[in-house]
Amino acid sequence: MANIKDSKATSMGLHQEALKGRTQQVFFNPEESENFYYYGAYDVDFNQRTEIDAMDLSCRELNEKMHSLMKEGYGTIVVKNPQGKHSLGVGILNKLNLIFEGSLGYFGVGSIDGPVVRITGRVGWSCAENMMAGKVVIEKNAGSCFGAAIRGGDLICKGSVGARTGIDMKGGTIVIGGDAGAFTGFMMQRGRIIILGDVGENLGDSMYDGTIFVLGSIKSLGSDAIEAELTDLDKKWLKRKLEVAEIGSNIDLSKITKVVAGKKLWNYDALEPTERKGAI
Amino acid sequence: MVKKTKKTNKAKKTSKVTKKAGKSKETAREKMIGQHIGYRYDVNLVPDYKKITPFLKKYIEHMGWDDLNWLEDVHMGYEEGRPAVFDRNANGWVTIPKKIKLPNNQQDRDMIARELLVKFQMSPNHPLVDLKKAYKKG
Repeated sequence: MANIKDSKATSMGLHQEALKGRTQQVFFNPEESENFYYYGAYDVDFNQRTEIDAMDLSCRELNEKMHSLMKEGYGTIVVKNPQGKHSLGVGILNKLNLIFEGSLGYFGVGSIDGPVVRITGRVGWSCAENMMAGKVVIEKNAGSCFGAAIRGGDLICKGSVGARTGIDMKGGTIVIGGDAGAFTGFMMQRGRIIILGDVGENLGDSMYDGTIFVLGSIKSLGSDAIEAELTDLDKKWLKRKLEVAEIGSNIDLSKITKVVAGKKLWNYDALEPTERKGAI
Repeated sequence: MVKKTKKTNKAKKTSKVTKKAGKSKETAREKMIGQHIGYRYDVNLVPDYKKITPFLKKYIEHMGWDDLNWLEDVHMGYEEGRPAVFDRNANGWVTIPKKIKLPNNQQDRDMIARELLVKFQMSPNHPLVDLKKAYKKG
């Protein structure tokens, strides 16, 4: 086990922090200066463009190469011949224009925070898992667990997707141009899913919150998923979001079914303190 | 005349709800367990782009996005009875100082929340800056 006693973090006082209550009591400073970069992010220029051939590179080598190019200021990177390799383009916490000319394997572009990514081929399981921000467009189909645990950003698949799309999602928007499999929106907690085709069994099963919009048919609704009224604000937002997603420009928005949580599961988070009281 | 009276009553009710939003315990079950069930604001409310601030427009343009992107999920919430925004990077609520006056409309409040959160996350005073300095690989 690593010895943390003499670490850099200890010398900075990070291990003496008193943790109590649920709030950090951190206050906003309204006079904070205007800055659009995270600490440690690279200052890149979209007009600086470069290409990488991934043919003879391993996943790790390619990801490291992309980081070194961002460090040099390249804001547009084109990756040729990705050949379905797994875990490509993961952990990019920067603004970037990234283009994959081909298909990706499992866990492509996971944990990203900011980049705009375009993939001209297909993607395997769990594409954009844990995505925080940015925009990802997949021109063809995607595998299962598309956008699993996504927290923010726009994730678009112009084709069809497998089962459990948006499982455990906590924010962001997933747009599907084709059909979606079973258990779409399973255990979703926040965010929005738009499906322009049909959707399989148990849509929104055990969803805690969030919204699902479906244009086609729904095979069945999952536990605690119910239909809701589509508002004018929803319609305006859908129209604009579909323009962003570059699909569905001529669909009839009034035919969309809106699905939300029935909120019967909302007592779940209250069980623990009640049980604690009973135990004491 | 009757219509006017009704409108005034409605307006009064709304402002009371806004003021009490952080403190009120609505159901018997909530009283029993001493905590709220669910949220006290609409987390599913989609943003009204007419209300967007110049700072947020600039941020969107800088990032090369078409819209508010991840900020669509940011709302003005409450923590310990005070308006606050949840910072997912620090995994905690960040409180709004008393000197910032907030509008009653949720759409306007949400836009302020988004702007403050971006400024906070990009600030050298953000708690993650120290963590990154201490634990960053390489």
